[in-house]
Amino acid sequence: MRLKHYPIDGKFGRFGGRYVPETLIPALEELEKAYMDAREDKDFRRELDYYLKHYAGRPTQLYHAKNLSNAMGGASIYLKREDLLHGGAHKINNTIGQALLAKRMGKERVIAETGAGQHGVATAMACAALGLRCEIYMGAKDAERQRLNVFRMELLGAKVNRVDSGSQTLKDAINEALRDWITNVQNTYYLLGSVVGPHPYPMMVRDFQSIIGKEIRKQCMNILGNMPDAIVACVGGGSNAMGTFYEFLDSKVDLYGVEAGGHGLASNEHSATLCAGSEGVLHGMLTYLLQDEYGQIMDTHSIAAGLDYPGVGPEHAYLKSIDRVKYVSATDDEAIDAFMSLAKHEGIIPALEPAHALAYTMKIAREYGKDASIVVTVSGRGDKDVDVVQRYLAERSSTQ
Amino acid sequence: MSRKKENPIDRRFRELMAREEHALIGYIVAGYPDEHVSVDVAQAMIDGGVDILEIGIPFSDPIADGPTIQRASYTALSKGITPNKALEIARSIRGTSDVPLVTMTYYNIVYRAGIERFVSMAKDHGIDGLIVPDLTYDEADDAIRASHIHDMDLIFLVAPNTSDERLNRVANVSKGFLYLVSVYGTTGERDKFYDYTLDAIRRVKGLIMGRVPLAVGFGISRKEHARVMMDAGADAIVVGSAFINIIEKSKDGKESMLIGIRQLAYELKQATRRFA
Repeated sequence: MRLKHYPIDGKFGRFGGRYVPETLIPALEELEKAYMDAREDKDFRRELDYYLKHYAGRPTQLYHAKNLSNAMGGASIYLKREDLLHGGAHKINNTIGQALLAKRMGKERVIAETGAGQHGVATAMACAALGLRCEIYMGAKDAERQRLNVFRMELLGAKVNRVDSGSQTLKDAINEALRDWITNVQNTYYLLGSVVGPHPYPMMVRDFQSIIGKEIRKQCMNILGNMPDAIVACVGGGSNAMGTFYEFLDSKVDLYGVEAGGHGLASNEHSATLCAGSEGVLHGMLTYLLQDEYGQIMDTHSIAAGLDYPGVGPEHAYLKSIDRVKYVSATDDEAIDAFMSLAKHEGIIPALEPAHALAYTMKIAREYGKDASIVVTVSGRGDKDVDVVQRYLAERSSTQ
Repeated sequence: MSRKKENPIDRRFRELMAREEHALIGYIVAGYPDEHVSVDVAQAMIDGGVDILEIGIPFSDPIADGPTIQRASYTALSKGITPNKALEIARSIRGTSDVPLVTMTYYNIVYRAGIERFVSMAKDHGIDGLIVPDLTYDEADDAIRASHIHDMDLIFLVAPNTSDERLNRVANVSKGFLYLVSVYGTTGERDKFYDYTLDAIRRVKGLIMGRVPLAVGFGISRKEHARVMMDAGADAIVVGSAFINIIEKSKDGKESMLIGIRQLAYELKQATRRFA
């Protein structure tokens, strides 16, 4: 069985599925049918291509980071520049696709969750461009930490609803968005931001993000005349990684998913779901979770807000279970160092999320050797993180 | 599949029907307001006339619940409630009352414990039925198997937008009763209901053709609402948030809170008696 054929009946092996209140079943069935129709429709694909090219700015470059490669003294490192997209992250690939689908389905209202605000902003942009009404759920703590992103979403015409329940972060924003959907299921489209949630979301978001891997393959053929030896991407929910890996699942390329190691896996303050979690059911899917012995979901930590999530996409859980992708982690400290290295060596400030992927790439570049090439997806730009890094460095130097 | 002996929930519905009464199902959050007082709350509901008691085992991420039950779950969890302690609460209620006990929890709690282990443990603690709001018919093969082995009634939910065809399939597997979610939305008291709720009750009642009793829940707090729903065909009504609101708002100590619980249960129970 080719790995690209999954999901089968909504499942990746035993992972995925649809663990939701019965009220959402008709909506998920309607969504699946609408998506499968759209996927086969040339007009839909043409419209999506148009927006990806002229609005989002695709294709993105594959850039040979020569200085960084030389400094590491090993493999040639290539950067997939998703940071150059409109909005500054890969999120727009998915929000444009789903917003077009919402419009096609005749839904008048779009809701979405957001953690740090990247998906919320990308959703608000897509909805503004396509003339859809949009409401974003954001944990109260996140909204406080990312006040500028709240204002940015409001500038783009979205209504931002602060979520005061639970840990007041991303997982609670998803809970509240699901509750809204249950309540307004007839006229509302839920635009999920990652390869998580009930079927068909993990498949659909992966498909919309798979443009990343398709371009990498084509660009590698042009530049290298061959496939790369390894590909590295960061994993929170896992959408940029799934979009990067999908094209290569049935190839021999080594694939690495890098999770947020926070203060270290032994500290319990991390978001490394696949490295340190266990199987469970959350947000409509069977997957790996960070949970206690009774099944209560635990608080997570990462310096990168976009990786700070106690679950992970079910396809990643499956790819781990069959050993196709190697899932590893990088700590806050390692991510910060990689962030600074890329800025200094290449003049590119990456988001802290892909800085985790860079940290791991820098670790393995020498092992792979000078003849090898490694592609790392830079899923977003780091402007949003500059003040976080500044504070982190100040604290680190004062404790040393 | 026929049972060796009649399950307590079936027996309760049979007895009630013989008396031309409908069932009142009362919901508590185990561990709210704390572990010990939640037993007193359960007892007050039973004293007030609840026919079946539903014990909620708190989960950190209760997506089917509105703010009232979310807050109660959060409080209970922060005071250290665990599934095992919640089942101990069930056991102590079982020690003083023969009211059928149903537990409600989210699937991750069941999955984490091990599906069969959870069902068997619940049965050992006197639980007769299990409601899992995020477990649908499509994903329930393992839970159905485990429930069958341990003679547990696995109770399924349907909604106003569930298709006739799907309703038929769910009615075939739901044991004890079938739980109709009255509204598009989460749990929590409501001032009014729309016609679609009554339409759904009539449609579901017609489709299940007596295979299993029909319980209606989510948002019901007043006897007038209960009456209309029973007139439309509900065999039982489920009330939760209204009780929890009494606990949350009580300022005059435990005894007056328990009186409030008992009075609400009594009032709602009166509404279930056709000739009262």
